[in-house]
Parts: sequence; C-alpha cells; structure tokens
Amino acid sequence: MAQKLYGATTVDVDAEGFLTDFAQWTREVAAAIAKEEGIAELTPAHWKVIDYIQKDFKENGQVPSIRKLNKSGVISTKELYDLFPGGPAKKAAKISGMKKPEGCV
Amino acid sequence: MKRLLILGAGTAGTIMANLLRRRLPRAEWAVTVVDRDNDHYYQPGFLFVPFGFYGREDIVKPRSKFLPRGVEFIVAEVDRIDPAASKVLFQDGSDLPYDYLIVATGASIVPSETPGMLDGWRDTVFDFYTADGAEALGEKLKAFPGGRIVIHVNETPIKCPVAPLEFAFFCDDCLRRHRRRDQIDLVYVTPLDGAFTKPVASKVLGAMLAEKRIEMVTEFNAERVDAAARKIVGYDGREVPYDLLVTVPTNMGSEMIERSGMGDEFRFLPTDPKTLRSKKWENIFAIGDATDLTSSKAGSVAHFQAEILAENLVGAIEGKPLEAAFDGHSNCFIEAGKKKAILIDFNYDVEPLPGMFPFAKVGPMPLLKPSRINHIGKAVFRWIYWHVLLPGRPIPFVPSKMKMAGKKRPVEDGAGSAGKGIPEGGDRSVGGGDRSGGSAGGAAGASKAR
Repeated sequence: MAQKLYGATTVDVDAEGFLTDFAQWTREVAAAIAKEEGIAELTPAHWKVIDYIQKDFKENGQVPSIRKLNKSGVISTKELYDLFPGGPAKKAAKISGMKKPEGCV
Repeated sequence: MKRLLILGAGTAGTIMANLLRRRLPRAEWAVTVVDRDNDHYYQPGFLFVPFGFYGREDIVKPRSKFLPRGVEFIVAEVDRIDPAASKVLFQDGSDLPYDYLIVATGASIVPSETPGMLDGWRDTVFDFYTADGAEALGEKLKAFPGGRIVIHVNETPIKCPVAPLEFAFFCDDCLRRHRRRDQIDLVYVTPLDGAFTKPVASKVLGAMLAEKRIEMVTEFNAERVDAAARKIVGYDGREVPYDLLVTVPTNMGSEMIERSGMGDEFRFLPTDPKTLRSKKWENIFAIGDATDLTSSKAGSVAHFQAEILAENLVGAIEGKPLEAAFDGHSNCFIEAGKKKAILIDFNYDVEPLPGMFPFAKVGPMPLLKPSRINHIGKAVFRWIYWHVLLPGRPIPFVPSKMKMAGKKRPVEDGAGSAGKGIPEGGDRSVGGGDRSGGSAGGAAGASKAR
C-alpha cells in the first residue's frame, strides 16, 4: 500500500492516488490533491460538488455518476467540466477522498 | 391463490419463471409473466448480424416457447407499478395484484439522450444493440466506400461492456479479409480511461487494439453529435470526426420504472447487491440489466443471479432471512477476430485474470487470451442459451459463485508464469506497489500506440 504526504497529513493511496481510507481525508488533503490535478484553488462551487459526492456516498455506498450530479440539480455536466477539467468524474472523486468510480463493468 | 408476477420475459425473466414454477406449489401460487411483445432476441447475436454471420431469423424466437407449462404469459404494455398497493397497472386501464414481484425489464439504448445523435440516425450514425440497427448497419458496411469508422461508447454502464471492442476486432478482421483495411481507419472512443474497466483486462485488450492499429480515444464524454459536420464533440472541447459512427448510445432501464417513480438516474431499480431484493420494498426483487448493481449487464450475470434470487424469494415467502448472496459473478467470451475469442470470468471483488477455465491447468479454455476453443465456445453458447440457460438448467462446471481455481494474478514485474501474455509498459504514475498493474497502465499503453 502506497502512502502520500499532503502537508502534515500522511494518507494511504492506491496505484492511481485515490485514497483508500476516507477517514484520513481532510479539507487540506482535498486542496492538495486538487493542486496536483491542476486545480489551483477549490472554490465554493467545487465544494458544493465535493459535499454532494460525500453525502451521496454515505447514503448509497456508490460514487454518484456525472448523470446523477446533473439530474439532482447540483451542477450541469458542462459546468462540471469547467470546474474539474479533463476527467471530472475521476478528479472530483479523487479530491473528495473516494475510491476510483467503478463506472460499472 | 397467491401470485408471483414477473415483469419482462427476456433472459432473466424467462429463467426466473422456469426456476420458480418448479419451486412454488401450483395449488397455492400462480406465476404470471408480462412482456410487451412475444419476440425473444438472443442479444449476444446482434454483434454478428452486421458482418453477415447471423441473420435476424437466427436470433429471434417466440418468448412463449421458453416459458414452462403452468405459467401465465400476458402480452401487454405496463403503465406503472404501484408498490404501495402491490399491483401493476396496464396502459389499457386494467390492473393486476401481486404478492411478490420480480422486475426483469432490462435495459435499452436511448440515443435521444445525446443531442444531435438522432439527426444522423441510420444515415451516418448506427447502433448494433437492436435487431433493426444491426441489420441496417450491415447494409451500410457493405456499401461503405472507405474512410473513418468511429466505434463509440457514449456513457457507462452499457449492456455487454465488451461488445463494442468485439465489434472493433470483427471490423478489423473483416476488412483485412476483404483487403480493404488500408482504405479505412478504425477509431475506438470510450469514456473510460482504457479499453476496459478493470486493470489487467484493460491492459490486454488495449494492447490488442494497438496491435490491430485501432486508434483509441479515452476519457471522452460526448456532449453532442454534429451530424451535419460528421463529428462528435466532447465536453472538454475535443472533437472526433467520422465518416461512419457506430455508437453504443446511453443505456437506460425501462420508462415504466421511471413512470413508477422507482428508478435511479438511469431508470435502474436500486437493488441490494447481494440478496437482489429492492432496497425499498420487501416484496419486490430485481434481476439482470434492470438493476443498479455494479456487476456487468450481461446474460451470464442474469443466469448466475437467478439461482440466488430463487433461493431468496422462496426464503422470503417462508419468512426466513435472505441468506443467499450474489458475488457479482460474470463470464463472457470476447470475439477477437481470426476465429479466436478471449474468455473472462470475474466478480465484484476479483477482476478478470489470466489462467484456465473451468478447471485449473487442464482448462480447456484459457482465460484472457485469444484462442480457437473460446471462439467455438461462443458459437456453441447460442445453443446452450436456448436449451440450457433459459430453461433454468445449470451449466455443467460453471456454478453461480465464481471459482478462484485456475486464475493467476500477474506479478508486478511480469516475471511470473501468469505474466506471460500481459504486455509490459504501463506507467504507474502514483504510488505503485499495489497488487495489480494499475489501470493507468491500460490507458498509457494505448496512448503510446497512438
């Protein structure tokens, strides 16, 4: 199991840098992962998405799909791409301290 | 008289009708099955139609032929389920009460979910997930003068997640045989970060795409199709031009589920991944493509789930705790072209691995490696589907629970015997040292080949 140091916090991560233990997640860790992913600062708009992902995971045990974020009125897919450029589903999950979304086989 | 009602007479619903009619006493229980028509398609056969291997007549039979005696079959359009009242309402205004309900209404393609996709429908944009689509695509391919064929997965999850890969491999093979491969570019576009969701298989399949000179575009989420300009446009601004777009549109559950207010954002029914009972209603169970489970949407999965569901439904009727647990078992043949196929066997926890199947060492079917015997296996499977799988009979040596025997996890450095056949060269960007090669490897391997 690999470890990473973000600021003063050491976290366990998988081969792609996703946290393996959500208990180790902090807002500072989130900000540091975001920087690595090319997001200089987490704005309130980012936090709205992160909070929703964490809440939904707690309720349903699954990282919500982009479609769900869109349909639940949290954020449109276009805006999500603007906030988390590249692969928003993966990036938002990583910053939120989730495991890599399964995307279903 | 109590009633078990099954909505859907596809793979899952038909197996359940056969299994439960045998287990529920006829004097006490009526078993009723409802579907909107009487055409049962062998869906794995759709892939073969555009290449002329099968015609429509080879893959369709009456649904009623596969339902056992003592089962009532109703052809009607269901308007919605009323779970609070335990009844189903039909579009003609009539209704049917149930004591237990099994939702087996499957999933289908919804091209209208992507703006612009229908503009070019069956002109330059085709699907092969319907009988009509597969036939139309076959005609189109015959007359296709050359250019760029883009094989596109719009959004996950999709039914039979390997089908678009098989389509790409078949296309390559077919074009080579007709000596037309040089005039045609093949491109594979996926929202995933590699050829498949799971790392080891993603690497093997990604390498096969590269070897066959099929360009791969990963992490592509289509915002719209511009049919006039013949290109798909991604949310991130990337554009993929095509002359012929073979797409797997967004897959969704039945509209009836949405009308009933019971579905998730894909109209799939929230289902307990182990017991297969609805997360919300005690007398409703779900099976196959209609569920929101993370297991593959495939016939083999429905077959493996069936035994678990039968056990739990009988348990629920008897007031016992639901003890049978589905493990996510999936098993599928992936046609690789040149009359060879790959076999994969996996579950919720164990990704597809190399090895031998169903017996360790002697096989005879190798896992995660193209072989002739797997191709024959897939051909034979059509017969097994109608005669063994649908009647709910066990497939010899292939139990519902996945077996670990015969499977080998490739070693990180590829030194182990199981490492053979797994191409090297995944870049393990972060951390490394995990038990598998890392799915970044699949994507990296492919992007290098571009």
